[in-house]
Amino acid sequence: MRPRRGLAHTHVGSLHAPDAELALRNARDLYTRRQEGVSIWVVPAASIVASSPDEKDAFFDPAADKVYRHPTFYEVPEGAGHI
Amino acid sequence: MYGNDFAATGDAGVPASDVAATSAGRTLLEQVEDAERELRSASERSVVGDDRLQDYFDAVINADQKIEPRDWMPDPYRLGLIRQIAQHAHSEIIGMQPEGNWISRAPSLKRKAILLAKVQDEAGHGLYLYAAAETLGVSRSDLVDQLLTGRQKYSSIFNYPTLTWADVGTIGWLVDGAAIVNQVPLCRCSYGPYARAMIRICKEESFHQRQGFEILHTLAHGTPAQRAMAQDAVNRWWYPSLAMFGPPDTASTHSEQSMTWKIKRFSNDELRQRFVDMCVQQATVLGLSLPDPDLRWNAERDHYDFTQPDFHELMRVISGDGPCNRQRLEHRRRAHEEGAWVREAAAAYAAKRAAREPAGV
Amino acid sequence: MTSVDYVLGLGDDALVAAQRLAQWCARAPELEEDVALANIALDQLGAARLLLTYAGELEGAGRDEDALAYLRGDREYRNCLLVELPEPDFAVTMAKLLFLSAYQKLRYEWLAAAGDERLSAVADKARKESAYHLDHASLWTVRLGDGTPESHRRMQDAVDRLWPYTHELFEGDHAALRPQWLSLVTAVLDEATLTRPADGGWAPGGGRQGLHTEHLSYLLAELQVLHRAHPGARW
Repeated sequence: MRPRRGLAHTHVGSLHAPDAELALRNARDLYTRRQEGVSIWVVPAASIVASSPDEKDAFFDPAADKVYRHPTFYEVPEGAGHI
Repeated sequence: MYGNDFAATGDAGVPASDVAATSAGRTLLEQVEDAERELRSASERSVVGDDRLQDYFDAVINADQKIEPRDWMPDPYRLGLIRQIAQHAHSEIIGMQPEGNWISRAPSLKRKAILLAKVQDEAGHGLYLYAAAETLGVSRSDLVDQLLTGRQKYSSIFNYPTLTWADVGTIGWLVDGAAIVNQVPLCRCSYGPYARAMIRICKEESFHQRQGFEILHTLAHGTPAQRAMAQDAVNRWWYPSLAMFGPPDTASTHSEQSMTWKIKRFSNDELRQRFVDMCVQQATVLGLSLPDPDLRWNAERDHYDFTQPDFHELMRVISGDGPCNRQRLEHRRRAHEEGAWVREAAAAYAAKRAAREPAGV
Repeated sequence: MTSVDYVLGLGDDALVAAQRLAQWCARAPELEEDVALANIALDQLGAARLLLTYAGELEGAGRDEDALAYLRGDREYRNCLLVELPEPDFAVTMAKLLFLSAYQKLRYEWLAAAGDERLSAVADKARKESAYHLDHASLWTVRLGDGTPESHRRMQDAVDRLWPYTHELFEGDHAALRPQWLSLVTAVLDEATLTRPADGGWAPGGGRQGLHTEHLSYLLAELQVLHRAHPGARW
């Protein structure tokens, strides 16, 4: 669901439907009763490829020691503007 | 909406921290928002645990983090959650009936619209909850089957009839009120999908109790006949509402584990007391009396003393002998059976179309 | 000057349709459809309230939406017969919704551009809702028509039984809308592998003049029972 223009779609929930057209309508009826969105995507659960918790360490830990990817790693000399 | 009144063996309590102290000065909706903030901030804490699955699970729970669908979890945790979430979902769906009974006869078009929107919300909440249960590896059709065959229960409160329009107001005030007291702590439940569904549900339900209160307030300040209708409804619904919190803590069986796993956070009696304390003041504003001659403030306890509901009656209703048990289930079964040809048609059409269209389109 | 009866006709169509649709609440074939039909009923009810309020103002006799909804008898209701017919199964509901929403969409589109400002404001909102109702009814008509042999039979039966009642929608000034309506509806029936009934023959009417089927009185008895039991009460 895209909550408002300018924001990215975020996951809001799951639903059942016999086909794609009805899935979109069901999503509209179920998840936008209070004007929660301006755009909806639906994806069959079977089409989602997900990382597994077993792979968590191998997938995500290697990024942990690359502090130089974050701007806070760097010292900015006193007085330097616009950086 | 939902209570804790479906199982003959109650989830009741180990002593827990004082409910009022934990939530000091926060309205129920603020507590829901607190839970949502906490869910976000907990996600930023890191979990230190070793690689053994049970230890990692325990570490996540202890860090007040959320367990997510593909995480390892002990079987009893999974099965207990499936049962609880399913019964909660069934309660939303069966709960549509007593109030739905008045949609066609609502006394003004405004009230008709509000009531229809409310009952529709219950269907939506049932769907959110079935979806949360499905993340634990069960299918909705299995759960519905368990409901229809009586193997899983729903909140017993819905086995009472709605005899007058004032019952709609009273359900909003007392039954939704009790449900909210029960549900707000579930927003902090350790299972992520359930906690997120509860946050969404509690936010949406915040109007439900208010509309009930407004109906009753209008009736209580209306004609003598309206006022009598309101008082009669409160008299009939008060004790069944208290029973929604389940059996007393002394009859507790298997809730200690539920507390440790942070699924349940307060005992039945704590929540019931909290509900009574809230209602007394609200009844005064309504100008209606609660049907309990022994209801009085106890300064020592800092709570109201009150008469407990008839737990034998609760057990009778749970076991199937309430005024409407048969009617509610028959209604649900009939809707399910009469809709079968429609569901079959939709499935057949989807299959035909899939066969006509090349894969990947 | 827009006539009171004209606005009542629009408002009563919406109100009676809402009352019938709301009967599906807690008994639809799927929980998702409970939610969807309630949304449509709420749209119809919302339009009915605006229209009845406006009719009351035009009439100038101090009647508000509730006085008009709850204190008129069936002989004073101005809805078309189609909306008051009972809905024994989901196919009938979808056929009614298909015929009604296609008609309401065209009428609201026309009114949105017509001269009465109050009416065009209501119509401008309602036409978007009708477009969604039409979409919903179309999707289901196609699925039931082209689903199983049983669903095809039920859907065709519903279309055949309701078809005669669609002539009343285009009485008088609205005759010009029927060709457009036919093309909307025929496209859906074709896709649904359903046969469009032949025109000619029985064409019941009278709703706009307050001559209804036997069903409306029962519907109103239920709708009005509580309100009428407490004259003058506030709710």
